Amino acid sequence: MKSLDELAIIKESAQETLQIRYGKPGVLHKAHIMVCGGQGCISSKCAEVVDAIREALKKHNFSDHVKVVLTGCMGPCDMGPVAVVFPDAVFYRRLKPKDAEAIVLEHIIGGQPVTRLLYRVPGEKDPVPSMYDIELFKKQERIVLRNTLYIDPLSIEEYIGRDGYAALAKALTRMRPGEVVEEIKRSGLRGRGGAGFSTGMKWSFSAAAAGTPKYVVCNGDEGDPGAFMDRSVLEGDPHSVIEGMAICGRAIGAEQGYVYVRAEYPLAIERLEHAIRKAREFGLLGKDIFGTGFNFDIEIRIGAGAFVCGEETALLASVEGRRGEPRPRPPFPAIEGVFGKPTVINNVETWANIPAIIFKGADWFASIGTPKSKGTKVFALAGKITNTGIVEVPMGTTLREMVFDIGGGIPKKKEFKAVQTGGPSGGCIPARHLDTPIDYDSLGALGAIMGSGGMIVMDQDTCMVDIAKFFLEFCVDESCGKCSPCRIGTKRMHEILERISTGHGREGDIELLVELATTIKTTALCGLGQTAPNPVLSTIRYFRDEYEQHIRDHVCVAKVCDFANGDPDASE
Amino acid sequence: MNGCECTPTDAALVKGLARIIEPYRGQPNSLIQVLAKAQEYIGYLPKWVQVQVAEGLGLSLQEIYGVTTFYAFFSLIPRGRHKLSVCAGTACYVKGTKNVLKGVRDAIGIKPGQTTPDSRFTMEIVRCIGACGLAPAVIVNGKDVHGRLEAEQIPEILSLYE
Ligand SMILES: Cc1cc2nc3c(=O)[nH]c(=O)nc-3n(C[C@H](O)[C@H](O)[C@H](O)COP(=O)(O)O)c2cc1C
Ligand code: SF4
Ligand code: FES
Ligand code: FES
Repeated sequence: MKSLDELAIIKESAQETLQIRYGKPGVLHKAHIMVCGGQGCISSKCAEVVDAIREALKKHNFSDHVKVVLTGCMGPCDMGPVAVVFPDAVFYRRLKPKDAEAIVLEHIIGGQPVTRLLYRVPGEKDPVPSMYDIELFKKQERIVLRNTLYIDPLSIEEYIGRDGYAALAKALTRMRPGEVVEEIKRSGLRGRGGAGFSTGMKWSFSAAAAGTPKYVVCNGDEGDPGAFMDRSVLEGDPHSVIEGMAICGRAIGAEQGYVYVRAEYPLAIERLEHAIRKAREFGLLGKDIFGTGFNFDIEIRIGAGAFVCGEETALLASVEGRRGEPRPRPPFPAIEGVFGKPTVINNVETWANIPAIIFKGADWFASIGTPKSKGTKVFALAGKITNTGIVEVPMGTTLREMVFDIGGGIPKKKEFKAVQTGGPSGGCIPARHLDTPIDYDSLGALGAIMGSGGMIVMDQDTCMVDIAKFFLEFCVDESCGKCSPCRIGTKRMHEILERISTGHGREGDIELLVELATTIKTTALCGLGQTAPNPVLSTIRYFRDEYEQHIRDHVCVAKVCDFANGDPDASE
Repeated sequence: MNGCECTPTDAALVKGLARIIEPYRGQPNSLIQVLAKAQEYIGYLPKWVQVQVAEGLGLSLQEIYGVTTFYAFFSLIPRGRHKLSVCAGTACYVKGTKNVLKGVRDAIGIKPGQTTPDSRFTMEIVRCIGACGLAPAVIVNGKDVHGRLEAEQIPEILSLYE
């Protein structure tokens, strides 16, 4: 693309398609049926629903009047397959192929939503037809997920129609590189991959670093074993990541980007490949973008299933095709990254925030969230909770709002026990801290971490010793073995947990765990080892009595641990 | 398996692999991409494949071996006709991965990492397949997700794959 006018023309013509999705009467169509094509809905067979809808439209001679779009994950995955019909924004859930006929006849042609397919608040009689009236959506604020649900992820035109690539245009034509860095700094954006380092600061280090060429890397390894936020961004709105990276390229003076995606995410890779191809076709990647002389291109690198590769120095090794083993920092990647050159590496969600910040300005972004944690955070809400799926909330939302208002509380009248954030590096937060606001510092103070966005709710049937063992086992499996505190220490901790959970725990085991944990935290080489003890420490901190019951009384209140069923003494 | 796997058994496979390697010839940085594609094509990474990749990219066999053994995604031994991946992500775990594993063991007698003697199934553990809303879940052959599983349903699901 050589000029801003070209972008404006594409945007203009995309409006004709998009305006119906903002509730206005359609120019080209009577209705748009957006069917969720995220992994959750694919699993509940959304493809068959789409076929049935197309079939029904054809049968009633309505194909030309209705556009059917397969989107990225809309959020409420457990209600899948879900769909939204525009212009009236009617939300349908648990669709079956046989429902297609009713949607077409009653809703599209007849103008009346199909009542039995609408969302209902549990316990209430009247359904809630409009998506905008559903609590689950109302409490959210979508910046990262601004486009999923509204666009076809395969259409670059629709992305442009929603102000896509306008931020890149602005960064290239109306801002100097230093101003772009400054804007990101001022926005207060912190890395969404876990650690929460200031994104603008990181960029300024690379911008100032001496080596050339410089690189931009997207961390799409998504290692947290219970989370799929990054995947839903890559699948639902891949251009937002591409645009974010290109803006950084401009800001720090890089011409090449790499997106590192795990091989287990074939659909994300496919969508991203498609998006990169389209961006090149439109001249939004490649040479002389917008006629400004700026060149930037992106390649995909595939991760092959090692958790440690999410760690930035390991990831860089993996991008170069080597074993993904971490190395000591400094030097930080911002100074010495891929091929030893200055490299900005950010998480998928961080990247998706960038175009929004540049387009709407740092002040707008900084007005959302809390004083030290700006903007929003995407979470994958799962476990023992009524509404599971992907949600995006402003920083500062409390855990209670997350679990009970957005998540709909604990199913089957069970009692809430804890919420786990930060995956294998994080911790479990008990009920008495439910009013804690979600921000980097508050969660950190509780011994948990913000993490990348996994949020798992646990009820009375979850054993905290068992959960600690689960995460530790994960770290033992995933330890790369390069340094001994992690390789040997986590294994020792695991052995102790194993004996506690089988009824062979000894007096002093808890103290031993804490001692080992402290040593590992201070001596391990990389973040994996340094944080591996966190789930154990946090469960000891809040659920020490459960450990003691296991050790002294051979009792597992949640009835999870093996000895609960048998005679513990018999196995000694 | 028919004896030594150091040499390919099928000339067509050698040609096919060469086609996969060609665009990356002399580019050691692309090793993981090439191995992933090679594995998709052959099913696993026997020694002859690693040798051919090493030659193509200009790497030593040791370097290839170091990488193939580091990443869980690569397999050096043949797998069953169907890949049964049991999700042991956190969401699935708290909702009953243990029961699913037990169900599989009861039905076909294998544990994670193992292949049935008749080569019908290989079972592996994966972490979060993005279907947490349907936890606990399994994914067969990388595409069919079966969710909200009870141990009793396992035999029926397995019977879909011959
Ligand atoms: C063991 C380990 C695993 C990690 N996994 C991921 C991951 O899967 N995705 C991610 O974005 N960051 C991950 N990180 C954090 C990265 O090292 C790095 O901080 C991040 O990519 C920086 O991006 P951000 O500033 O945008 O968060 C991991 C860190 C460690 C120590
Ligand atoms: S802490 Fe663990 S994962 Fe990190 S380098 Fe050491 S052994 Fe490897
Ligand atoms: S996959 Fe459809 S709502 Fe998440
Ligand atoms: S944890 Fe199993 S699908 Fe997410």
